[in-house]
Amino acid sequence: MEFTFDNNIPIYIQVLEYMKIYLISGVFKCGEKLPSVRDFATTFKVNPNTMQKALAELESMNLIYTERTNGKYVTKDTKLIEKLKDEYAITLAKSYFQGMKKIGLGKADSIKYLEGIDE
Amino acid sequence: MSNMKLLEVKKLDKYFDNKKILKDINFSVSKGKIVGLLGKNGAGKSTLIKLINDLLTPTNGEIFVNGNKIGVETKKIISYLPERTYLNKQMKVSEVINYFEDFYDNFDSEKAKRLLKDLDLDINQKLTKMSKGMQEKVQLVLVMSRNADLYVLDEPLGGVDPATRDYILDTILSNFNENASVIISTHLISDIEKILDEVIFIDKGQIVLQSDADKLRNKENASIDEIFRRMFKC
Repeated sequence: MEFTFDNNIPIYIQVLEYMKIYLISGVFKCGEKLPSVRDFATTFKVNPNTMQKALAELESMNLIYTERTNGKYVTKDTKLIEKLKDEYAITLAKSYFQGMKKIGLGKADSIKYLEGIDE
Repeated sequence: MSNMKLLEVKKLDKYFDNKKILKDINFSVSKGKIVGLLGKNGAGKSTLIKLINDLLTPTNGEIFVNGNKIGVETKKIISYLPERTYLNKQMKVSEVINYFEDFYDNFDSEKAKRLLKDLDLDINQKLTKMSKGMQEKVQLVLVMSRNADLYVLDEPLGGVDPATRDYILDTILSNFNENASVIISTHLISDIEKILDEVIFIDKGQIVLQSDADKLRNKENASIDEIFRRMFKC
């Protein structure tokens, strides 16, 4: 996968977003050990310090934790990940409705459009 | 002296004849950082880099690397990519590798060969037979194959195509260790800014801004490139 970054937004925040999606979609499962900072940095093609900052942010949100000397792990708390997924889904839905509102379509119409789209 | 500071530049002035090229330059670089030295053509970037590499003598002020004043000792731990190549172009790449191995204790020739192979460069080829971009790649591989404490890269992206630029950035990222730092001078900011920890803007021989890259983006709501353009609009 190629990761693209928008230079107008702090890079660590964009890495953080990619990481959240990884957690929500189960690329890294609850309780699973994460690759090293260096490996992540290589994958995302970002500075290891930037990667460290993104991981520190995830850790402060309790989504991952550090086991001393042993590396970083995804939280074992499945509810936290569910909550993250829920929040993410709401954000996506809101931005859809906002976009539709701009072209003069209300919620009911917007939902009709959604239903008309094949996945 | 704090041992966290890998490079310290203090009250540095440089005059050529009576013309001030650098004025009161003060900054430091911590271990494990990638720092962008950003400025327009003629801002004084290359002069500053040459001073750090002991190729010019300061008019006033001092430079320390790992606590040592610039000199023979610091040259051993600084790996420098000059703006223009100093290699004898009649040499084959393999000969240049031998030359580096003789010259630098900390040169890892196996690593150099591996990186050259990754880049599809033939070590039996003479430099004169290579394109400018290929020569730049060879030079960068040589510089990044030294186990140095400080890498100083003067315009590493100048003559190469965008695809190769990405490869060069990857090479820089994956070949410096957490105890080393990298200073990259460039005016091609948008290509390089995503890998920078810190930025230093230099204009007319003076440092006009020094900041953490992401903090600056956050504060100004813009890319480093955009902030630079606004600040130095002609």
